[in-house]
Amino acid sequence: MKKNLLKSDAVQSLIASFLCIILGLLIGFIVLLFINPTGAWDAIVAVMKNFLTYSRANLQMKNFGNTLVKTAPLLMCALSVLFAYKVGLFNIGAAGQYVAGVCASIYAALAWGWGWFPCMILAIVFGAALGAVVGLLKAYCNVNEVISGIMLNWIGLYLTNMLLTKVKESTSPYTLHIKSAAPQALLPGLGLGALFNNNQYVTIAIPLAIIAAIVILVVLEKTKFGYELKATGNNKNAAKYAGMAEKRNIILTLIIAGALAGIGGALLYLTDYEQWQCTQTSVPGMGFNGIAATFLGGLNPIGTIFASYFIQHITSGGAYVDKTMYCSQISDLISSIIIYLCGFVLFIKYAINQGIAKSEEKKLQKEKLAAAEAKGGEK
Amino acid sequence: MESPYAIEMLHITKRFPGIIANDDITLQLKRGEIHALLGENGAGKSTLMSVLFGLYQAEEGVIKKDGKEVQIKDPNDANDLGIGMVHQHFKLVECFTVLDNIILGVEPSKHGFLQKKEAREKVLALSEKYGLQVDPDALIEDITVGMQQRTEILKMLYRDNEILIFDEPTAVLTPQEIEELMQIMKNLAAEGKSILFISHKLAEIMAVADRCTVLRKGKYIGTVETKNTTMEQLSAMMVGRNVNFHVEKKPAHPGEVILDVEGMTVASKVHKNDAVKNVSFKVRAGEIVCIAGIDGNGQTELVYGLSGLEPLKSGTITLMGKDITNASIRKRSTSGMSHIPEDRHKHGLVLDYPLEYNLILQRYFEPQFTSKAGFLKRPPIREYANRLIEEYDVRSGQGAVTPARAMSGGNQQKAIIAREIDKDPELLIAVQPTRGLDVGAIEFVHKQLVAQRDAGKAVLLVSLELDEVMDVPDRILVMYEGEIVGELDPKTTTQEELGLYMAGAKRDEVKA
Repeated sequence: MKKNLLKSDAVQSLIASFLCIILGLLIGFIVLLFINPTGAWDAIVAVMKNFLTYSRANLQMKNFGNTLVKTAPLLMCALSVLFAYKVGLFNIGAAGQYVAGVCASIYAALAWGWGWFPCMILAIVFGAALGAVVGLLKAYCNVNEVISGIMLNWIGLYLTNMLLTKVKESTSPYTLHIKSAAPQALLPGLGLGALFNNNQYVTIAIPLAIIAAIVILVVLEKTKFGYELKATGNNKNAAKYAGMAEKRNIILTLIIAGALAGIGGALLYLTDYEQWQCTQTSVPGMGFNGIAATFLGGLNPIGTIFASYFIQHITSGGAYVDKTMYCSQISDLISSIIIYLCGFVLFIKYAINQGIAKSEEKKLQKEKLAAAEAKGGEK
Repeated sequence: MESPYAIEMLHITKRFPGIIANDDITLQLKRGEIHALLGENGAGKSTLMSVLFGLYQAEEGVIKKDGKEVQIKDPNDANDLGIGMVHQHFKLVECFTVLDNIILGVEPSKHGFLQKKEAREKVLALSEKYGLQVDPDALIEDITVGMQQRTEILKMLYRDNEILIFDEPTAVLTPQEIEELMQIMKNLAAEGKSILFISHKLAEIMAVADRCTVLRKGKYIGTVETKNTTMEQLSAMMVGRNVNFHVEKKPAHPGEVILDVEGMTVASKVHKNDAVKNVSFKVRAGEIVCIAGIDGNGQTELVYGLSGLEPLKSGTITLMGKDITNASIRKRSTSGMSHIPEDRHKHGLVLDYPLEYNLILQRYFEPQFTSKAGFLKRPPIREYANRLIEEYDVRSGQGAVTPARAMSGGNQQKAIIAREIDKDPELLIAVQPTRGLDVGAIEFVHKQLVAQRDAGKAVLLVSLELDEVMDVPDRILVMYEGEIVGELDPKTTTQEELGLYMAGAKRDEVKA
């Protein structure tokens, strides 16, 4: 029975995910030890504790809320990566599609005074459009989706910088506050903020992202569309043989993946939690962290919810590392080490399977040997 | 006294689980001769060559070089003994030049720097000596298949190999290139090289070889001098006369034409010639028509063209009076075409899907399995799968939810057959439906094909197995180099006659 349990895919995913987390923390800890041994333990604990660093419950709740606010866009990016991955595509362009969503929602809100819902729709359209470019190139010109995705990330970033400069504060590189300049575009809170010590940033973004995860799960597992997509991802030739529209499915998949990442952009920036820095020269890590969250979540939409939260938890937790002992980049370094290790889930799963196969083979050989000996004994 | 043989393989036996691939085979290659190795697919030619190259170790038998026993444990040993091979699929780096490919692995260097000038001189000298015309600076991807092959030959000569093996070298060449190759081989032999020529094309063997060793089903049949034999004799040695099993069937009653193919031409993916050349034939309701031929003569591409996996270069396909030449795969499938594919893992199954999902692969979109809103209807799918599993006796560990990957090859094939036949097609295309199956499963498949025929369906069988070709169909069409070269009646023809057509030694003008 115990062996059967180990063989189940879900159990393996869980074990592998936890091993990855532990491994990541361990290596992060070792790095801290090398930099400054006296503060290492406190630092790693701070990363793990995140908002629990605060002793007062209301502050804890407020900061828990903040972590959740940033989990929502991360989850959307992770779902984007996951959805494409199920069809055998690696959507590294999620980062750029996320930026496109940010651009569309902020610009529509500040320049045109749109409400939050049309802003979000525009974010979807922008993200989907970027995904469509990758999809069309892949389907008709066989351009690798990783290459075109990475290129588009940069094009998306600089277009966004250019466009959003028109709606930035005159004295800083940041875009105007949505709250003061375009309050109609703020995502409705539905009183959710009250649960988190009146955290004004906690909005419908969080339940929306969770609903999106459930919808993705249903689409993949219960619908004809999901059946086709997964068949294409598992065996492209069989999908073609069965008359599935392979090219259409590739394009559609990347459009949907782009839309998911695009919503992610809107879900963060329409809360006014952050403003876009128009002089930014790197693509935000949200889309890339989404890749780690997808794998840490065992390629399952529900697992991805928890994985996204964990990754955001340690990313936020990094901010609490004692800056008198470590340089200010340490928080990003530690969280990125842990996130990096999160990508090793498939590798660890593979190792588990190899281990099982090996021990089974050994057992089989032992049995054979024993049987042979028994036979010899009879003679 | 020095042995007259350059290499000898004596009483080689190589077993794989459940099969003896080489059963007491002896092959003696004289110095300076061209020696052909003839046999059908699965006769054991490749295994024997792998033993010679040290890829496999024989359980019994010895290998002798110049009369002295040698051990060949890996390809490096073979290389040291001067054995070289031109593979059927060339092992060349596409984006390197001819010269770079020739010296690859044995690059002359001084202080870590390449000395290409020396190499170039040696290559040019060799190419002149044996009439192997190449352009040393051309990229492989830009030159003809013939020149690529000459590059492969130069690779062997550059390494001073004495024993040259050609694995079906003419399969990818045009007639003119074949002519040239024959001349090159004769030149090489005249210069004292010993050549082993693996082929199943009788005419070429008769034209170029001095002696010929024939294998059949892993057994050594004999070695003959080509000047003392005929193509008929060689063909008889190759295919044998034994028929293993017989399919019970009543006489056919062919009805109206179901499939009508007119002038079909399909381009090849591997070489520049067309894989299917201007082929025309008809299949009627209530008959089984078999496309026979040796592997690689265009059968695969013919089926790809019929099923829509590859586009036609020219020609038309008519299914029950409707032109489906440009119809999508889905359209062909819903218009009454079923296809049991040649490669069940590549096309036939989604291995990570459970059995039930594989059983609906061709009809998952039908209203009985998918609701109007696009949701899969689980209970009817399960019911349908269970019915097929029952009717076609598909065995698996966990029934309908077993991953296809976890099933045996025979049961995977049964699942595909169940799926394709249960669609109730008007035309069933079955490509090597019994490949890799045991005798019981083979019998099952044959019965199903005959049952389809008796139910008034048209069946197009593509097979490489001679027994199957002789037993199952009502008509045989033989394909050779992309063309249909003969139509035979299995009741009156013999395996010898069939073998002659398959090897290209005989051909008729066939009218569709």
